[in-house]
Amino acid sequence: MIAEAGLAALWLAAALALLQLVLVVFGLAGRKEELLGAVRPVAVSQGLLTLLAFLSLILLFLRSDMSVMLVVTNSHSMKPWLYKFAGTWGNHEGSMLLWVTVMGAAGSAVALFERALGRSTHMATLGAQAAISLGFYAFLLFSSNPFARIDPPAADGQGLNPLLQDPGLAFHPPTLYLGYVGLSVAFSFALGALLTRQVDAAFARAMRPWVLAAWVMLTLGITAGSYWAYYELGWGGWWFWDPVENASLMPWLAATALLHSVTVLATRDALRAWTVMLAVIAFSMSMVGTFLVRSGILTSVHAFAVDPERGTFILALLAIYIGGAFALFGWRIGAVREGAPFELVSRETMLVVNNLLLSVILGLVLIGTLYPLLTEAFGHKVSVGAPYFDRMAGPIALVLMIAMAAGPLTRWRRDRFRAVAGRLLIPAAVALVTLALVVALAWGRIGVLPLAGLVIAVAVAVGSVAPLWKRNLRRTPLFTWGMVIAHLGCAVSLGGMASDSAFTVEKLAAARPGDTIETAGWALRFTRIMPIAGDNWTALQADMTASRDGGGAVELHPQSRFFASPPTTTTEAALLTRWNGQLYVVLGQETGDGRWQVRVWWKPFVTFIWLGGIMIALGGALALVGRERRGWLMKWRARAAA
Amino acid sequence: MRKMLIWLPLVLFLGFFGLFASGLLKPDDRVISSKMVGRPLPAFTLPAAASDRPPLASSQLATGKPRLLNIFASWCLPCAAEAPQLMALKRAGAEIDAIAIRDARADVDAFLRRYGNPYARIGLDARSAVQIAMGSSGVPETFVIDGKGQIAYQHIGDIRADDVPMILDRLRSAQ
Repeated sequence: MIAEAGLAALWLAAALALLQLVLVVFGLAGRKEELLGAVRPVAVSQGLLTLLAFLSLILLFLRSDMSVMLVVTNSHSMKPWLYKFAGTWGNHEGSMLLWVTVMGAAGSAVALFERALGRSTHMATLGAQAAISLGFYAFLLFSSNPFARIDPPAADGQGLNPLLQDPGLAFHPPTLYLGYVGLSVAFSFALGALLTRQVDAAFARAMRPWVLAAWVMLTLGITAGSYWAYYELGWGGWWFWDPVENASLMPWLAATALLHSVTVLATRDALRAWTVMLAVIAFSMSMVGTFLVRSGILTSVHAFAVDPERGTFILALLAIYIGGAFALFGWRIGAVREGAPFELVSRETMLVVNNLLLSVILGLVLIGTLYPLLTEAFGHKVSVGAPYFDRMAGPIALVLMIAMAAGPLTRWRRDRFRAVAGRLLIPAAVALVTLALVVALAWGRIGVLPLAGLVIAVAVAVGSVAPLWKRNLRRTPLFTWGMVIAHLGCAVSLGGMASDSAFTVEKLAAARPGDTIETAGWALRFTRIMPIAGDNWTALQADMTASRDGGGAVELHPQSRFFASPPTTTTEAALLTRWNGQLYVVLGQETGDGRWQVRVWWKPFVTFIWLGGIMIALGGALALVGRERRGWLMKWRARAAA
Repeated sequence: MRKMLIWLPLVLFLGFFGLFASGLLKPDDRVISSKMVGRPLPAFTLPAAASDRPPLASSQLATGKPRLLNIFASWCLPCAAEAPQLMALKRAGAEIDAIAIRDARADVDAFLRRYGNPYARIGLDARSAVQIAMGSSGVPETFVIDGKGQIAYQHIGDIRADDVPMILDRLRSAQ
């Protein structure tokens, strides 16, 4: 019953999306206000129906309804409830349902809360959102039905991939999707504005909160995913340049560029065509990412559902939406007037530099990700690994960081070069001191890129708080705080990455209970090894105590975990977090003579990577709240004055 | 100029589209052909990885008679699964040398005691430097080296029971 209700809700939602599109097309073409009046209620109902379908699927998973194919192939009645719940989107069909649900919810939000946009652009935006949703409804209903039944029902499910049986699954995909799909709003805004030819500062101010919200979610999603991979995979790495990771990084790079160019458009009415272009590219990157993940066209550790037929379907959607958007751009953008001009030394120029550098990184990541496909088309098999990305994108990212420190210290419209240089004096001095310190302490042990990373991280940290210099902190607007915290977060994150790659100490030891492993100032005493049982797994757990420089001992319990359905072994690393780093312990195989392989890493300041990510997202959230609050206050004052 | 720039994104996208379409429609082939076949082994001298076997240098692999070079590690499960096949190859007359990757002598000794020791010489490649130079990306892999020290064949992944006759054929034809 629940499955049928969910499927019916999905079909109804698809029908409403079609209705929404038709209402907008005929309403705008014939200037029929009575048709346009129905658009917003239809959009809200469509969002509610997708939510209903999604809740139905969650309920089916929670109740372990083994007459539903998807539950059988991805769940198991013995699984803890959290993983039954999160398992809803731990598979292809469920995650695509999450995709359309987020899309429907975003459409409802635009219908309900968007007040700043001109009436016809608002309607055109909702029309565009409906048109995109339609394609994904079709994909879901015709090739990935999550509610399909099997007859007779199975006795029990086949279980969920144990790597996914982690609280991370409850958090990472939904936030990532909110970001990915949230960018569809910016895409629809761009199409709407192109259709009505209203690309101006007011349009940018209306679009900015939506971009910010999606970007905050995307940042959180990527940060969570990185930390999850770090502790769950047991390799001690936090970014692998895997195609699927790149697929989430590319929309983030485009959205970051968009976030900055939309500010130029909102503040100075410049960069009109470019901002529209970026809004189109950001969500296009989300769709390309989905295509890469779902089609199995690239080999990836994330290839959950490899299916060429689905790949063809998504490719057709890509052709329609991205091709259509670019064609509309080419056709209409000529009619958009050039924006306001600006001087060479100005905040605008700095933001253009930011945009160009982000675009170059985006291009390099895109080329690196697709290169294997390109060479395969000409008969060669090549894989592109981390060294390419590190060497190509790394240095440009460092230049971008410097520009990031300089940008907020440059005035809008026009500034003097010497004045800007003067404001950068202190960060530059800090950079020199750091350089001298690191060279004196670690010369010969540190590579060029990590060295540059450390120096730039420290200097940029100082530079990013400089905009608060000599300001009344209590009267500083919230969105300025947001910018400062986000930029500081970038520096913190960079510092963590550089420190991790420069100073990590790795030790591989074979130890038997009673032995003590010493590395990087830590003494790790291996007490014993014990079998233990969890909800749906059994494990061999090592009891260890770690102490540093004779200090108090802390217990650590790395495990080698065995899951019965499907039969898989995972490593559960034990992490010990200190303010200045993390001890990462992995229990390996038994060597056959009563000893166990133990892999130990001491990673100085590695947690800064994710702390920085959270700060970036927090900065974005503050900027969003700050801007919105200012809008409400101004409206409220205007009303009070009247 | 501006006119052309405006249409550039669409043109680029069409290029990507063509690429995606060709990638999707192409039949899937998962066979990786080695780039190292026909090339001489890189020169190396490795310390001994096990207590009771001599160390390994590349010069010792050019003896006029084809040999197998197995790349393994004591921490690698497929390597343990592969061990019976290596023993079978040895019984069939193959001479096998090995390189242990990122390993410790005590671990290698324990591994060989438990799973058998088909090797004549074992070198220790503590940082995977030789492995990478040989174009090997994982463990286990097995190379057929002809009498002149050139790579005649590279087998990626563990040797299954069905692979044993094929490996022996390769070894014979490398003469």
